[in-house]
Amino acid sequence: MAIEVLKPGLATTVQDAGRPGYYNVGIPLSGALDQHSFRAANLLVGNDENAAVLECTMLGPELEFRRDAIVAVAGAEMAPKLNGQLMPLYESFAVPKGARLSFGYLKGGARAYLAVAGGIDVPVILGSRSTYGLGAFGGFKGRKLQAADVLPIGVPSGASRPGRRLPDELAVPLPKALELRVVTGMYFHRLTDESAGTFFEDTWSVAPEADRIGYRYKQGRSLAFRERVQPFGAGSDPSNIVDAGYPYGSIQVPGGLEPIILHRDAVSGGGYAMIGTVISADMDKIAQMQPHNKAKFVKVDLDAALAARADYGRLLQRVRATLA
Amino acid sequence: MNAGTARYSLGGDEHIFVELSEEMSLEAFFKGMAITTALAKRKVPGVTEICPANASYLVKFDPDVTHPNEMMKLLQQIERETGSMDQQLATRIIEIPAYYNDPWTHETLMRFRERHQDPNATDLEYSARVNGFASAQAFIDAHAGSPWFVSMVGFVAGLPFLFQMVEREQQIQTPKYLRPRTDTPKLTIGHGGCFGCVYSVRGAGGYQMYGITPAPIFDPEQKLPYFREFMCFFKPGDIVKYRKIDRAEYDRMSAQVEAGTFDLRIRPVVFSLSKFLADPAGYNRQLEEVLYGN
Repeated sequence: MAIEVLKPGLATTVQDAGRPGYYNVGIPLSGALDQHSFRAANLLVGNDENAAVLECTMLGPELEFRRDAIVAVAGAEMAPKLNGQLMPLYESFAVPKGARLSFGYLKGGARAYLAVAGGIDVPVILGSRSTYGLGAFGGFKGRKLQAADVLPIGVPSGASRPGRRLPDELAVPLPKALELRVVTGMYFHRLTDESAGTFFEDTWSVAPEADRIGYRYKQGRSLAFRERVQPFGAGSDPSNIVDAGYPYGSIQVPGGLEPIILHRDAVSGGGYAMIGTVISADMDKIAQMQPHNKAKFVKVDLDAALAARADYGRLLQRVRATLA
Repeated sequence: MNAGTARYSLGGDEHIFVELSEEMSLEAFFKGMAITTALAKRKVPGVTEICPANASYLVKFDPDVTHPNEMMKLLQQIERETGSMDQQLATRIIEIPAYYNDPWTHETLMRFRERHQDPNATDLEYSARVNGFASAQAFIDAHAGSPWFVSMVGFVAGLPFLFQMVEREQQIQTPKYLRPRTDTPKLTIGHGGCFGCVYSVRGAGGYQMYGITPAPIFDPEQKLPYFREFMCFFKPGDIVKYRKIDRAEYDRMSAQVEAGTFDLRIRPVVFSLSKFLADPAGYNRQLEEVLYGN
């Protein structure tokens, strides 16, 4: 009643909707970085949309199924292959017992979500099956998958069947250059006027250091913080503050050099000034960015952020309605 | 710090960040504890995270349930209501065994010497010098001499930030490494800026390294008695007193940890901010009596 991992892929982890409620002691939300695609994959196979899936990053795993299963892949353009034969994205299909599921090369995006009818049945820890790598718990033994791991699968609901499809317009788009909307605040005032401008003027490129903890961006002009006598306890660099909590999506610029946007495995706090926060509706887009993809930051106000959030919610509602 | 100096700011559409004071102080920390405790009691719909920090706090919530503007008004109202509260905290004081100048952090700091301000000294020697101590031993004695307040838990799971409970002129202050290390032994006792810390897991780090404790502080399997309630041991508001131990005691305690028989000395205490501020040294002696008395 399980799946055996033949090849683990680059960074394949078990993820679900996440583990809220423990950020105050440094345990982050975790969960699928691209929540839209994660939910779509689950709904395609008739799962509860919060069931645990495999998040496959850049290079997919190779798996052998020890029982018949219904699966679907959503998110990155990384086509599944059944015994070597190409299968569609955003469509559920049957995997017979003994068959091998692998993935083609990544053509767009960064993270594909493999949902299996019944869900990946690892233990629930603090309310979630998500992997938290830094804390080495959750998911499968608190870590990325390795060859020879055997993943337990839950009991499928009656709703799972092959051939369920999601129309293209309900999928997350995967452009190689995009805009990330930012609400400024917190320590934005610590930037010089010039840097407060160039941050939004420049085109930034995803650095190789981009993972579930945070995404680092480079190639924009470095940012200068206003000189000051540093407050007691803040540390000596002008980009330092008295260590504080970091919002998800918050942007910090250690030493003024490269902005880092924290994602769902965030370090919960630290001593670098946060100059703003990427809006909730754009966090899935970050999850699908590869190194060298381009982003421009666009300043928006709260009303625009909430309007974008409502649009995001409506798209997900359409996915639910289509696959109900 | 006066009432009304708090700065309210949006962290996108799902967070509100409140800076209570630009600089670190126990008063700011206490104010944050009072506000976040009051907020938690209200069970505001949509709130998913309430995170007190050193001199600030962070709230995460679902803006579809409670509008960010409403949330901000509520937090400002709570700040006004808690302004005149008696600053007392029912907490616990904990003895943490500390093996200073141990071989493991020493090996690590030697490996990353080129990332340090002073490649020719150890972290202890450097920190002693920049803080005006005559020797590394005198520095260790000061580090272990006064209690420390857990003013924030985070960065990674269960990691305590510790604020030294002495007058500001006596507080240890050190820069962080010029470039962060890629490795720090688990349970390293470190220091950066005005904050101490205990690294809960192995990993990257930029704080000066002084020693190591045999006592685990984060354990997802919750094996030792003091993890009964939760996998992270420390909570904001805990008071820590280090006790110097040698290699033999470190090894003995490590064997107890391995066997699952290790436990910590923990005593309940009510901390009064005004009494502490009136006489830090005298109040710390009373805290030690609570810890070591019956």
